[in-house]
Amino acid sequence: MPTSNGSDADLTAALAEAVRGAAADRRPLEIRGGGTHAGMGQPVSATPLEMTGHRGVVDYDPAELVLTARAGTPLSEIEALLAENGQMLAFEPPRLGPGGTLGGAVATGLPGPRRPFTGALRDFVLGARILDGRGEILRFGGTVFKNVAGFDAFRLMAGAHGTLGVLLDISLRVVPRPAVEAARVLETPSAEALAMLADLMRRPLPLSGAFHDGRRLHLRLSGGRAGVDAAVARIGGEAADPAAWDAIRDLTHPVLAGPGGLWRIALPRTGPSGDFASLPWDQGGGVRWLVAEAPPPEAWAQAAALGGHIERIRGAAGPAFQPLSPGLLALHQRVKAALDPDGLLNPGRMYAEI
Amino acid sequence: MLDQFDPRLDADFPAVDPAVLRARLEPLLPAGGFLTRLEALRPYESDGLPAYRALPAAVALPETVEQVAAVLRACRDLGVPVVARGAGTGLSGGALPFPGGVLLVLSKFSRILGIDPVAMTARVQPGVRNLAVSEAAAPHGLFYAPDPSSQLACSIGGNVAENAGGVHCLKYGLTVHNILSAQVVTLDGEILTLGGPASDAAGYDLMALFTGSEGLLGVVTEVLLRLQPLPETTRLILAAFDDVGRAAGAVAAIMAAGVVPAGLEMMDGPALRAAEDFAKAGYPRDAAAILLCEIDGQAEDVAEEIERVSGLLRDSGATEVRIARDEAERRRFWAGRKGAFPAMGRLAPDYYCIDGTIPRKALPFVLAEMGRLAEVHGLGVANVFHAGDGNLHPLILYDANLEGDLEKAEALGGAILELCVSVGGSITGEHGVGREKINQMCVQFSPAEVNAFHALKAAFDPAGLLNPGKAIPTLARCAEYGGMHVHNGALPFAHLERF
Repeated sequence: MPTSNGSDADLTAALAEAVRGAAADRRPLEIRGGGTHAGMGQPVSATPLEMTGHRGVVDYDPAELVLTARAGTPLSEIEALLAENGQMLAFEPPRLGPGGTLGGAVATGLPGPRRPFTGALRDFVLGARILDGRGEILRFGGTVFKNVAGFDAFRLMAGAHGTLGVLLDISLRVVPRPAVEAARVLETPSAEALAMLADLMRRPLPLSGAFHDGRRLHLRLSGGRAGVDAAVARIGGEAADPAAWDAIRDLTHPVLAGPGGLWRIALPRTGPSGDFASLPWDQGGGVRWLVAEAPPPEAWAQAAALGGHIERIRGAAGPAFQPLSPGLLALHQRVKAALDPDGLLNPGRMYAEI
Repeated sequence: MLDQFDPRLDADFPAVDPAVLRARLEPLLPAGGFLTRLEALRPYESDGLPAYRALPAAVALPETVEQVAAVLRACRDLGVPVVARGAGTGLSGGALPFPGGVLLVLSKFSRILGIDPVAMTARVQPGVRNLAVSEAAAPHGLFYAPDPSSQLACSIGGNVAENAGGVHCLKYGLTVHNILSAQVVTLDGEILTLGGPASDAAGYDLMALFTGSEGLLGVVTEVLLRLQPLPETTRLILAAFDDVGRAAGAVAAIMAAGVVPAGLEMMDGPALRAAEDFAKAGYPRDAAAILLCEIDGQAEDVAEEIERVSGLLRDSGATEVRIARDEAERRRFWAGRKGAFPAMGRLAPDYYCIDGTIPRKALPFVLAEMGRLAEVHGLGVANVFHAGDGNLHPLILYDANLEGDLEKAEALGGAILELCVSVGGSITGEHGVGREKINQMCVQFSPAEVNAFHALKAAFDPAGLLNPGKAIPTLARCAEYGGMHVHNGALPFAHLERF
C-alpha cells in the first residue's frame, strides 16, 4: 500500500548527483533533515544537502508489519499512517520539535521511553538504501525480519549521524498498537523506585515506561485488557493519563524542559549511579537526565567508570558525545573510511576524527 | 562440488612451512593446545554442513583471551588464514577450515562467568552452550531467548557470529537483539569491547555490525547477554489445513490482527507425516499443512489471545483447531516440529536444509514455484517454516550415493534461494552465508555493495586473513557465477573480466 500526498517526491537521482559532485571537488556536505535534533552532535560547516524534499511512504503492508519510507518523510506522517492501521513505531522516537523526519530519527538513533522494554531503534531497522561518500547507491538489509546475508550495515546507520552514508529510504519493522494503555503515578522516592522497578522488570508484566521526575515514579503499561488490569492492581499508585507520556518522550516534561542544555547519561539500569543518583531518570533507570549548560568536567570519567556514557541532546557546550578509547576511535576512523573515504559526509558531527 | 575453495576465485595465500607455524604458535598455547596430526585434525574438517570438508594445517585451542590475541597476531605476522570455530553446529560451512590455515577452536572458553538476576544479564564465554544459559538462568525466573534448533549443542560465540535466531525470535528477537556487549579480538591482537552494559553505547553500533559477521571481522571472547523473565503462561495451538495456501492465509490473518505469537511454525504434508512417524507427536496425518501457534505472557492475556487466534484459524479455513490440553501435550506437539529434520531420514537417505526468507505475502506463490522447481530438478521437497517471520526451511530430499544427486540438490537449493531474492527476500534467514551460499550473495547484492562489504571487512582485518572465502564473495567469483547464471536475460557484472 504505497501512499502518497502532493509533496511526495523521489529525489534519489538528484541527491546522488549532489554527492557525486561534492566528491568530485572534495567538498564536505552537511546532511539536513527537519533540524529538530540539531542539538545532538557538533555543527558541521559544509554545503547543505537538504533531505526534506525526498519524502513519501514507498511501501506499507500492515499484514507484513513492514513500512518503507524515504528519509525526508515527516515522522508525524508515518506515525499517523501507522495509527490508522492499529500499528506504531516500537522505538517511540522523541519528537524534539515540529518537522522531524524518519531519516533524522534513524540517523540520531535516539530511542524513547520504551527502550528497555522493546529494544533499541536499530532493532527495528530491517534495511536501508544509502548513498556512500562517493554517491554510490547501496542497499543493505531488506524488508524481512530474518536476514543474515552480508554485514548488517543498515544497523550501523542507526546512530551514525549521517557520517557513514546519506539515508535514502529505510525499511522498518512496525508493531501492533497495544489494545490498552494505562499510566500510574506513585509517590516513591528515586532509590526506592529503582529497587521496586528492578523487581517489577523481572516479572512478565506489560510495562512500557518507567520515568522518575525526582519526586514521583511514573509507570506506563501497554497490552491486553486483562493483563494491564492485573498489573495495575499489583502496582497500585494513582491513575494518570497515558497521554502525559508524550511529554516524557519528547523531553518537554517540566523537569526536562527549558532553554538550556539537556544531557542524556546512559548507565547500567540497576548499577550504582554515583553523582547522578539525584537526577530524574527514564527507561527504567537506564537514562539519567541532566539539565545544565554542560556536565561537570568529572562527569564524563565517572559515567565511563560506571559503565555508561554521556551525550548531548540540547545545547552547545562540547563535547557532544562520550570520548572513545584510542582503539575504538581508530576503528571508527577505519569504518568511516570504508564508506566515506574522503570524509565528506557530516565530518566532525560526532567526533572530530570522523 | 561446485564450491570448493578456488584460489582463483576466493583467496590465495602463500603456503606456510609447517615447522615455522609450529615454532611460532605452539609456545603461545597451553600443553596439548596445538594439533597437527591428521587424526587430531579430522574431527574439525567440517561443521554442521558435512558435504564441505577441508583440513587446516593446525588446530589451536587457546584457554585465555591473551592466548587468542597472541595466536591471531602470530597468524597475521605469518600471513596465515584463521578460521574461528565454536561448537561446529553451523549449517552453512562458516566454520569450514581454510585449507592449510589455522583453525582457532574456542571450546575451552566454556564458563558462565556470572548471572546478575537483578540486571537480568549473563556474562559468558563464547564456548558456553546456548541452552546452558537458560538452564543457569531458570532458578532466577529468567531465560535467554534466542533458541536455534541446535541449542543443546551450539555455542554462544557461534550464535553471535551467525546472529542466530530460532523458533521464538518472532517475539523475542535474534541474537543481535539479546546481547549487550561483546569482547572481541582483532587480527592485530587488539582486545576491544563493543557495546556495553548501558544502552546505546557511544559511537557507531559496531556490536550490531559485528553480530552476524560470520567470523570475518574478529573473534568473540566474551559476551554480555540480556535475559528475559520466563513467561507466566505458555499455550500452544495446533491447526490443520487441507490446503497449504489456506494455512499461509491464516498466518497472514494472525499477524495482521496484531497478535505477536511467541512462535508461529508451519509444516507441509510430507514434513508433518515424517515428523509424526518419527516423534508420534499426534499430528493429523491427512492434513496438507499444520500450523503451530504459541502464545505466552500473563495468564489473563494468553487466555484472551488463544480465543482470538482460534477464531482466526477457523475463519481462515482450518479443518481442525486443537489447543494443547497440558504441558505434556504442548511438548509433544513441539517434539514433532523439533524432530522434523532428523525425521527426514524416513523419506530419503539424505536431506539438504535450505534457509531463505520471504515477505509473508509471497508464501503461496513461493510454495507453488518451489513445487515446480522440485519437479524440474527431479527431487522431493518437504517444507518446514518459521512462518511468522517468513523464514523457510525447505528440506531437499536426495541420496548422496546416487551419482549426481547431491549436485541436483545443490542446484535446486540455489534456485530456491534465488526465488526468495526475486520476491524481495533473502538467501539466508538464520543459517548464514558461510561457504554454502557464497554464490547466491552475487544475486542478492550488487558489485558496489559487495565492495562495501569488503571495505568494512578491511577496516577490521586489512590482510583479509579472517575466515577468507566465506560470507562475502569476491567480484571475480561473482563474475564467474554470473557467467553460469543469467538472470532476466541480462549478464550481471558484464564489465568484469571473465575466467
